[in-house]
Amino acid sequence: MTIVDDRALDRMLARVQKPARYTGGEWNSVVKDWEGTEVKVALVYPDIYEVGMSNLGLAILYDVLNSQSDLLAERAYTPWPDMEAQMHSAGMSLFSLETRHPLGEFDILGFSLQYELNYATALNILDLGGIPLHAAERGLEWPLIIAGGSCAYNPEPLAPFFDAFVIGEGEAVVLELVGVVREWKEEGRGGKEGKTRLLRRLATIPGVYVPSLYQVRYQADGTLAEVQPRVPEAPQVVVKRVLPRLGPIPTHPVLPFLQAIHDRGMVEIQRGCTQGCRFCQAGCIYRPVRERRLEEILAAVEELLANTGYEEVALLSLSSSDYSRIEELVRALVERYRDPPLAVSLPSLRTDAFSLGLAELFQGRRRTGLTFAPEAGSQRLRDVINKKVTEEDLLITAEAAFSRGWHRIKLYFMIGLPTETYEDVAAIVKLVRKVREIGRRHHGRRTQISVSVATFVPKPHTPFQWCPLIGPEELEARQALLRRGFRQRGISLSWHEPETTLLEAALSRGDRRMAPVVERAWRSGARLDAWNEHFDADHWWRAFSAEGLDPDFYARRQRSPEEILPWDHISPGVDKDFLVAEFRRAMEGQTTPDCRAHCLSCGVNVALPVKGPVLAGGRDG
Amino acid sequence: MAERRQRLWLTFAVEGSLRWLGHLDLFRAWERVLRRAGLPLLYSQGFNPRPRMAMAFPLPVGFTGEGELLDLLLTHPVPPLEVIHRLRAQLPAGLALRGVEEVDLRTPSLQSQLQAAEYIVRLQAMPEDLAQRVQELLATGSCPRERRGRRYDLRPLIQSLSVEADQELKMVLQAGDRGTGRPDEVLLALGLDPGTADIHRRKLHFAFDK
Repeated sequence: MTIVDDRALDRMLARVQKPARYTGGEWNSVVKDWEGTEVKVALVYPDIYEVGMSNLGLAILYDVLNSQSDLLAERAYTPWPDMEAQMHSAGMSLFSLETRHPLGEFDILGFSLQYELNYATALNILDLGGIPLHAAERGLEWPLIIAGGSCAYNPEPLAPFFDAFVIGEGEAVVLELVGVVREWKEEGRGGKEGKTRLLRRLATIPGVYVPSLYQVRYQADGTLAEVQPRVPEAPQVVVKRVLPRLGPIPTHPVLPFLQAIHDRGMVEIQRGCTQGCRFCQAGCIYRPVRERRLEEILAAVEELLANTGYEEVALLSLSSSDYSRIEELVRALVERYRDPPLAVSLPSLRTDAFSLGLAELFQGRRRTGLTFAPEAGSQRLRDVINKKVTEEDLLITAEAAFSRGWHRIKLYFMIGLPTETYEDVAAIVKLVRKVREIGRRHHGRRTQISVSVATFVPKPHTPFQWCPLIGPEELEARQALLRRGFRQRGISLSWHEPETTLLEAALSRGDRRMAPVVERAWRSGARLDAWNEHFDADHWWRAFSAEGLDPDFYARRQRSPEEILPWDHISPGVDKDFLVAEFRRAMEGQTTPDCRAHCLSCGVNVALPVKGPVLAGGRDG
Repeated sequence: MAERRQRLWLTFAVEGSLRWLGHLDLFRAWERVLRRAGLPLLYSQGFNPRPRMAMAFPLPVGFTGEGELLDLLLTHPVPPLEVIHRLRAQLPAGLALRGVEEVDLRTPSLQSQLQAAEYIVRLQAMPEDLAQRVQELLATGSCPRERRGRRYDLRPLIQSLSVEADQELKMVLQAGDRGTGRPDEVLLALGLDPGTADIHRRKLHFAFDK
């Protein structure tokens, strides 16, 4: 049964940009019998189709759920404002792409939260689905609204809107969670106790956090006094769920008709990272490292290409060069796919000769330039952030790259890092100029260096979680220094907007009191904040002030290691003591080695059911 | 090597929600269908090899079509019947293969041979005086219009225009290098709203047709 009227939809589609965002029908999309399927899940990404379709996590969940005969999973993304206006004027609910059912008719809506600037859009999606925003207002007739993803590691700013959060790897939990919902439905939706019974039962699943079952108290200065479970089912600390070994690689993903942000096959070669960069949230929350077997990866690439017709695959991981058998893998792919040559992208390469050698194997097939991420300009600051790359590494790698034909190099840096001085920022300029000089020796004026400078945003569960975001004047001065330094031919500079950064910083370390800010900002019109053309900071700053909160309290305050943090009751398995020790080492300029060779006892192996890192590309033993 | 190449014209239909694809998206969808079917596509040389294929005439977003043509080169011959079988297994709903024809490698491109296109327009509601409006448009010597800031005369691009039974308009409009008439422009010239009409391209007319 199609609820949305096709005729009415066609009239709307005739009036919007990129109507194929809303039609579904893509190759490999799974359309199941609605009436005959017991539990119905909508997987939701709070951004537009092209962004959501590039998310690997949801592709994995779609695969896992749809492989069960008694479940169905469909997809929904946020409409662009032109379509939103059409839907409002037609009184049409936001619907799923597969069977065009209104979101309110699903049993479960699972959101993927990867970016704080999608929060207002998440609320907008609930509203477009005709679903009450607050979990407390949703009775038995409404879907269970849950979320996962990296932002779920501090779920507090969204606590009142979601029934539950999944902490960790969704594919490790989702079937158990759906099983509880199914039982509850079969038992007549929990009888008189209704939804409370469901929520209390969900709280017993390891890795599931039910925010309504916790009481939060604050001190007079605005910091937390305590977070207490209200019921025995709710654990004091919710520890993330992980797979001891990674599950199967999705090899028949939905193939978008529209060009997705990453329009290529995705093959995750390993999860987790042992580099230990102190600013990096992904490096902390995705521990421990688990590599996939090389043979499994090759077989998956073969199937993926046969099932999609993609001409490019990305070998995904947080640090591709660290995969134990990366060279063997790359050589095998080059060997197998010569005619036509398969384009292979290796995001996040280390800055060294070995990595350049890998990239060189694909030379002649690559469409883009090379990207390296020294992150900081001076050795002192790179030691502070534990980014293990030296100036020599970068210059040698650049020399090798330019001499072998590349003339375009992209470099990523951050400003506003803890302990940063103007000398450190000036060092970025010096370093980039040295790279440019090398390039000009080889390519003259054809040399192009793209410098991307992000502002450092301190994130929960990292050694820098207590650090302040840089102040506006210092930021402006540093950006001015860079602008002056890079007024040279062949260097282009890009950076993040300061207001976007401040909002991200405030939301990422916010507490529960921030939820009304999110709701108020959304009500005043905030949505699609990740899109510069839609982001209006005023919605947010007015909402903060109306709720009596100061974004600087969350973003720019130096916190003490004794402070109870809003996310302390959520654990990625890394001990807080380890983070404190890493923070102290950072302040002393001490580096910490990669933990592949020697375990640093961060706590993950104790807290989680994983025996050490799974390494060696799956060579057992 | 070159003498073993094969050139094919695929005739296809675009139906249902696939009408909402833009030309480049439809083209990419075809590329992926062809790769999944495992046909020996001939690729261009260079850093970014593309399959050697071309569509006769881009189908505007929102239009359905049934006589659309794709021109394709293979590195070696595959029996047309096998091409049909392999492709049919890989076509998404809304993309239908109507025929495969083997053509001489030296045949001029379809774009260069395109002369006109035939459209069937189904209207939501048919104004009572539609036949009269059609007669007036046909009787006029010129019909100046402006599209994307460019002024042009629509009238010489209309080869035929008639009201059919059942709220349908049929039109044959010039297409190709010498100028292309758009059916939505004809609707506007008739005082009709193209946003409420279903536009279907029934057939492409080529120089080699007769």
